[in-house]
Amino acid sequence: MSARLTIIAEIEQVAREQHKTLCTLTDDLELLESGLDSLCFAILVARLEDKLGYDPFTASDDVEFPVTFGEFVAVYDNARLAA
Amino acid sequence: MPDSRPDTLRQALAHAAVRDSSVLTDGRRCVALRDLLHASPIGSTRAGLYGRSVLIAVETQYEAAQLVIDLDGCARRLLLLPPDVKDAHLPAIIRDAEIDAIVCSNPAAYQHLGVEAIFACGAGLAPVDATTAPAARTEWLMLTSGTTGDPKIAVHTLAALTGAIATLGATEQRPIWATFYDIRRYGGLQIFLRAIFAGGSLVLSRPDEAVADHLVRLTGEGVTHVSGTPTHWRRALMSSAVEGFRPDYVRLSGEISDQAILDALREAFPEASIGHAYASTEAGVGFDVNDGMEGFPASYLEAARNGVEMKVIDGSLRIRSSRMASSYAGRPDLAMADEQGWIDTGDMVDLRNGRCYFSGRRGGIINVGGLKVHPEEIETVINRHAAVRQSRVKPRKSPIIGSIVVADVVLLDNTRDPEGAKRDILELCRSNLPAHKIPALVNVVGSIDMTAGGKVSRQHA
Repeated sequence: MSARLTIIAEIEQVAREQHKTLCTLTDDLELLESGLDSLCFAILVARLEDKLGYDPFTASDDVEFPVTFGEFVAVYDNARLAA
Repeated sequence: MPDSRPDTLRQALAHAAVRDSSVLTDGRRCVALRDLLHASPIGSTRAGLYGRSVLIAVETQYEAAQLVIDLDGCARRLLLLPPDVKDAHLPAIIRDAEIDAIVCSNPAAYQHLGVEAIFACGAGLAPVDATTAPAARTEWLMLTSGTTGDPKIAVHTLAALTGAIATLGATEQRPIWATFYDIRRYGGLQIFLRAIFAGGSLVLSRPDEAVADHLVRLTGEGVTHVSGTPTHWRRALMSSAVEGFRPDYVRLSGEISDQAILDALREAFPEASIGHAYASTEAGVGFDVNDGMEGFPASYLEAARNGVEMKVIDGSLRIRSSRMASSYAGRPDLAMADEQGWIDTGDMVDLRNGRCYFSGRRGGIINVGGLKVHPEEIETVINRHAAVRQSRVKPRKSPIIGSIVVADVVLLDNTRDPEGAKRDILELCRSNLPAHKIPALVNVVGSIDMTAGGKVSRQHA
């Protein structure tokens, strides 16, 4: 199962908490345009680690931070498959 | 009382007109302080310690207390070894403090250190004539509570250590002091000295004793004055045994006393005076605050109070007084104070509306995307929540912005909805803190680690 639904739920939660207006989450949406700032992403990654049990960004040194929402989901799905 | 301060602890006991009922006890053993005027826990060994630099490495506070009374004015230097110091640090401590004698519970454990005179303590009291001996001005060496490396050793005198302690009139009631601290650290030593100078009693803590049993013992001993860190007090307030305890004076020191803990103590002890104090091993006792409010009046910075001058430079509290340590033993390369005699405490202070508030330690800052965060200022907000007994904010590494902050919280036992409490805590943070200071995660935990000194353990710092 893809982590997509979990990621969407957590993004919406973080956006609410940080009072950010969130764009519609499509695969080609650039993360910088999503309405979330870097603090939001830091919180998101920490929460996803607690929810999913892994953090793909610290698990491997050669993971580049994704540009689009679709790439972000893919990083999590690939990490799950590799685990 | 005469103006002159006593030169030694025995003189202090004599000046204080100590009562027959004044005792030193740890619940297992008890000795009348009056008996210590003319008796020694090491008997004839005492004569061999004149002019020596003595490491007191006994197992219990009970023995340590008797030894410092006995050896103050006899030894050149006294170093009280706290129980949590690792053996690996002993060679550096012995070198820096120029230790040439050790009094300990187990001599075999110290033979390898190259100290020529090692004596055992523990045979009970033997009479000595301590009054005819020429009194030396003994130096008191206190280990600072640094976290890494060999501990530094602050050099004090009895006069500096007791500069903040008022003496009692002959007819005043003698206090029965207790402290959650170990008296071999600065905070606990202050309470030991207060008990001695007041001719009162001292009820010592024991490391193996559960919080509830300790509180029952304090209640049974009729303790009137009691001291600990906010962390000690938060643990005490979690015990139902606190209900029977009715001290007259409750004192906090060693960490930031926030409004939540002051209010909780006020509720638990409605009749008591509640005060928080600022002191450090190096800077000595700075000041007491007795108005029930967190922080301290900014007017304290304006003029010397009780011989203590204070100022805030670059956000940190600086102190100058006669109660400071004079130097670090064996470390001429380290300055205790600047050229004008000011000690930089490293405690960061914010000034708001005529009051100064401690925001945390300079070294404990968490960097969130280039913005500085003191964990303590977030804990202060979290602790306001009615269901929170204790909290600890710590960094969590983030690949994106260096660190984010996360919070561990201990909730009251009767909290019905921990998830709801977590949401409320985050809401409280959101309405009181900027975005980068809001914890990314709130974890409910059963307990939060405490250091040997009674402070919240902050291993990241």
